[in-house]
Amino acid sequence: MSTAEVEEKVKAIIVEKLGVEESEVTREASFTNDLGADSLDTVELIMEFEKAFGTEIPEDKAESITTVGEAIDFLTANAK
Amino acid sequence: MSFKRVVVTGLGSVTPIGNTVAEMWQNLLAGVSGAGPISHFDHSKHKVHFACEVKNYNPADYFEKKEIRKLDPSVQFAKIAARECMADSGLDLDSVDRNKIGVIISSGIGGLASFEDEIGDFYASQDRVPRFSPNFVPKILCNIASGHVSIEFGLRGPNFGAISACASSANAIGTAYDMIRIGRATAMVVGGTEAAITPGSIGGFGVMRALSTNNDEYQTASRAFSGSRDGFVMGEGSGCLLIEDLDHAIKRGAKIYAEIIGYGASSDSYHLTAPHPEGAGAILAMQNAIDEAGINPSDIDYINAHGTSTPMGDICEIKAIKSVFGEHAYNLNISSTKTMTGHLLGASGALESIISVKAIENNIVPPTINHREDDLDPNIDYKMNFTFNKAQERKIDIALSNSFGFGGQNACLVFKRYAE
Repeated sequence: MSTAEVEEKVKAIIVEKLGVEESEVTREASFTNDLGADSLDTVELIMEFEKAFGTEIPEDKAESITTVGEAIDFLTANAK
Repeated sequence: MSFKRVVVTGLGSVTPIGNTVAEMWQNLLAGVSGAGPISHFDHSKHKVHFACEVKNYNPADYFEKKEIRKLDPSVQFAKIAARECMADSGLDLDSVDRNKIGVIISSGIGGLASFEDEIGDFYASQDRVPRFSPNFVPKILCNIASGHVSIEFGLRGPNFGAISACASSANAIGTAYDMIRIGRATAMVVGGTEAAITPGSIGGFGVMRALSTNNDEYQTASRAFSGSRDGFVMGEGSGCLLIEDLDHAIKRGAKIYAEIIGYGASSDSYHLTAPHPEGAGAILAMQNAIDEAGINPSDIDYINAHGTSTPMGDICEIKAIKSVFGEHAYNLNISSTKTMTGHLLGASGALESIISVKAIENNIVPPTINHREDDLDPNIDYKMNFTFNKAQERKIDIALSNSFGFGGQNACLVFKRYAE
């Protein structure tokens, strides 16, 4: 899967789950600081990413994914 | 120590016969049934195909999309009813001590739809790897509506759920009333909420033979006190009231609907689900409420009965009423508004408290609908006035609301027209 494809899918999930505008979902945007996610939302996002990309995101890894860009990078490298 | 007086100053509801108190009340007086075919799930293999669902309801009219996923329908209903209740009360949140205002909104079963969905997905999955949503637990708890409402309005006083099945929200009101009486709180948002029209609930209550299976005549199936009644009709929705220390209400110039003057709670201590055959627990709860109110049974003008339309429950309640009221049982008006709203389980006590308060406000008894003159039960004394089929005007100064729950748990509340 290309980075562009991953990016599109990741952004769609974030828009859907966090109820934000697509324009807010920039690479730099932080889930909690910029997109209004609480700790439960963050867990849910990670679970959605796992489901959508058929991959497992280990807990220690999940903790380091705090921005849209970090999610895209991890999933580009690990998507099946 | 002298007790504070406690008054009702705000009302809100979401019901199968109207999504506001005004609409619900109008339909009650018109004798409208809330029953219809179940739309929430595929009920083709169930014995019961109908229920009283909330209608014309679109969550997006009330909540942001992001929020909806986190709110079980029972919590959605509670939040909507609480908003109406708070707006109706005119309480200015910026000018009151919100450390002294709490919330007790009960649910008999909690987020059952959310529970069934996620548990169902888990067992249906091939690998049985738990993939529960982080919202799963907060969506299913019976106390969580109180938490949501406290956050929405910044209320930091006592906060929990009072759980006693179909008496839950009557106990919620009674408990909150006590807190205000002793000065632990100045005002409380109280009520109940339920959204249990689900495969598990319809199947579970159905197999207990608690539900009516009168699928052909679903609109008239909830027929409390009639001969051919065969069970209750499941309802859903929420009712919330703001109850308040009288001095607090007067100081802020609140509209006072009625005063709560008595609360009686008791246990049948007999059987988990069957009512005591002589209505012993119901008698005790009514008597306790009347004693606490410091009135005579003959002062009561209207009883909003528990009246679920089950064969045994209705008989036992009538026996209990006759035992408590004696000859006055023939003078007062009794009605079962569940014949219109269906049975809102943990929300029924609060909804029927709202109805009792509206009856006092308007001096009208809402009817017990779906009764045919030839449909009589030899065990029921029809010299009593069940307010069959048509609302009845009557000066109502004091009303009693009965709620009896599985577990043999009973709660009765006495409301009185407010006078200085």
